[in-house]
Amino acid sequence: MSISIINGRLIDPAHGIDDQLDLHIDGEFVVAVGDAPAEFAAAEVIDARGCVVSPGLVDLAASLREPGYEHKATLASEAAAAARGGVTTVLCTPDTNPVIDNSAVVELIHRMARKLGQTRILTTGALTRGLMGEQLSEMAALKQAGCVAVSNARAPLASTLVERRALEYAATFGLTVFLRPEDRHLRAAGCAHEGAIATRLGLPAIPSAAESVAVARDLALAEHTQAKVHFRALSTLSAARMIHEAQAAGLAVTADVAAHQLHLTEMDVDDFNAECHVSPPLRTLTDRDALRRAVADGTIAAICSDHQPHEPDAKQRPFPETEAGISSLETLLGLTLRLVEEKVLDLPTALARVTSGPADILGLPYGRLRVGSPADVCIFDPQRHWTLDVSKMRSEGHNTPFDGWDFPGRITHTLFNGRVVYRAADD
Amino acid sequence: MQNLQLNEHGRLRHFLTIEGLSRELLLQILDTAESFAALPGRPVKKVPLLRGRIITNLFFENSTRTRTTFELAAKMLSADVINFNISTSATTKGETLLDTLRNIEAMHSDMFVVRHAQSGAAHFIARNASPRVSVINAGDGRHAHPTQAMLDMFTIRKHKGDFTPLRVAIVGDVLHSRVARSQILALNTLGVSEVRIVGPRTLLPTEARALGVHVFHDLAEGIRDVDVVIMLRLQNERMDGALLPNEHEYFRLYGLTDERLESAKPDAIVMHPGPMNRGIEMDSEVADGPRSVILQQVSYGIAVRMAVMSMAMQSQADLGGEA
Repeated sequence: MSISIINGRLIDPAHGIDDQLDLHIDGEFVVAVGDAPAEFAAAEVIDARGCVVSPGLVDLAASLREPGYEHKATLASEAAAAARGGVTTVLCTPDTNPVIDNSAVVELIHRMARKLGQTRILTTGALTRGLMGEQLSEMAALKQAGCVAVSNARAPLASTLVERRALEYAATFGLTVFLRPEDRHLRAAGCAHEGAIATRLGLPAIPSAAESVAVARDLALAEHTQAKVHFRALSTLSAARMIHEAQAAGLAVTADVAAHQLHLTEMDVDDFNAECHVSPPLRTLTDRDALRRAVADGTIAAICSDHQPHEPDAKQRPFPETEAGISSLETLLGLTLRLVEEKVLDLPTALARVTSGPADILGLPYGRLRVGSPADVCIFDPQRHWTLDVSKMRSEGHNTPFDGWDFPGRITHTLFNGRVVYRAADD
Repeated sequence: MQNLQLNEHGRLRHFLTIEGLSRELLLQILDTAESFAALPGRPVKKVPLLRGRIITNLFFENSTRTRTTFELAAKMLSADVINFNISTSATTKGETLLDTLRNIEAMHSDMFVVRHAQSGAAHFIARNASPRVSVINAGDGRHAHPTQAMLDMFTIRKHKGDFTPLRVAIVGDVLHSRVARSQILALNTLGVSEVRIVGPRTLLPTEARALGVHVFHDLAEGIRDVDVVIMLRLQNERMDGALLPNEHEYFRLYGLTDERLESAKPDAIVMHPGPMNRGIEMDSEVADGPRSVILQQVSYGIAVRMAVMSMAMQSQADLGGEA
């Protein structure tokens, strides 16, 4: 199948391209940017006049629930959600059941993903066996099976010694380690930021120091082991500042943030709004603004969905008993483009944070549109606004605080591996 | 944000927290309670206000004392009362709170009195209950215990009259206390001149400013020239979590004795929401002394709960007219 996408504004942040350029696809790959190759006859021509033609989005962390938690979501439902959200590469977190700590689970997920053909599902292997935080996983085997990174998802490690060993072992195989910086003891049973709102509502609280203590420890170990460390889902000003300083001092650590952390604050938890129960918790406006600055200056190179689809029951409880997380694949682009509207980022930088930025953290060849790249494309109309209607989400998880929010940039097409996997006209 | 607790006429529909309620409404609760306060002294201790109504006590956390005062208040209003102690039954067997709620709703209750270990539980139940049901919060996690706060306000008004010139100190474990949160909100809404919290930093919230209080770590300083001293209960489990070294040091620093009470105003009253640990929060000579109003608090509790229940039930009349 050959496709030409014409008349669009092509933005390829990886190569600094932002121009009126056509894109030509043959089979699974981009074959030309600009003029079509000689004798190229496109079977389909997509007129992208007025639209932005962007690389498909790369999402470093989404919990896709299958195998094991099919009552929350399935690979099929979430792959469809990704396609609709313009996400063409998604790293699933290892917190499935069984955990992604052996090659059989990796192969199962990859096989199912290939069959679905909706989006590229890559796997993050478990850092420790069963995510129990004690014994190292078979990282060499996981890498061989196709895992592109290792992480302990949201589960804590038993000790600093385990962390040191895990970083060293991962470094042996050149695997990047995703760390969720959170001191388990300072977190305790907390479910909201230790601030004005949790104080008023009497919610068990998580201090900002739970994150900064962990970042300090993790940075020291990253320096000591020289492992490739990537910080997941930052929530505080101090974490962003510490990572910025470490990077400035030459330490090759990277970081991401969940898109919702750039928009919501602890205030949104008021009135016990369980849709805003997330981990790490929503923090203060000062933290949110510091995270926005860190995204703008590149300290934080990736914006993630941190997708956590849940069944309705998971949120239908008193706040502290609800499960944390937002179903967010379908709002990743919208929330990122709102940052452009709010003048936090320019459009190419915003797109870099959801395409080449995350891809480069792992050295993946995705999130870019040059000749020979996999033809993963997201076409959206930046002028056209849309409103999220929870009842129409493709994800099985309808848990989101963004119901009824207005977003810029309606997606018209998503192409994955040279095929149209989402077309707004059919939706 | 729409106030879940009020109906479209601004009347009390649920009683979940003091937050968001006006001074007028709090005074209305106190005035209504006043009209019920004389009942226990009469030969006939019942009024027929809630005859034919069914009130269900839903206690997910054990508390004989609070449950009994609610039950007594309901019976004095001539309502029928059902008690459910769910702490060890349904929810541990996997039934969700929502399932439990639906089941009990099917028994045609007009009001739920809810106690639960999680902050926000009463809000959750109020949001999910049928519109025919009023919810009274009898304590949720660390969040709120508004009837306790109102009976404390009732006690204070009995002794002090006007709230506006008063200085009030709340001493002890404010961090984990739903009672303290509700008291602080009520005192500030009623316009007292100062609310203080007194305790070691491990037992006070880090964001005390958000509550509108002044923070003291020294007991004598904290209760200097106050009109009301409220001592909070120190839960035994606080000794386990590295919050305090031991009870002995706590009493030495924050236990109320006659001698320490000297720095308060001469006519200061001493309160405690109960149950009290003698020799930890206060000396027996204070607890049983002339300035202690602890036992009055208990008896006023019934009148205040009658007031809240009858007001919430009245507002249901606004719904359909079949009251």
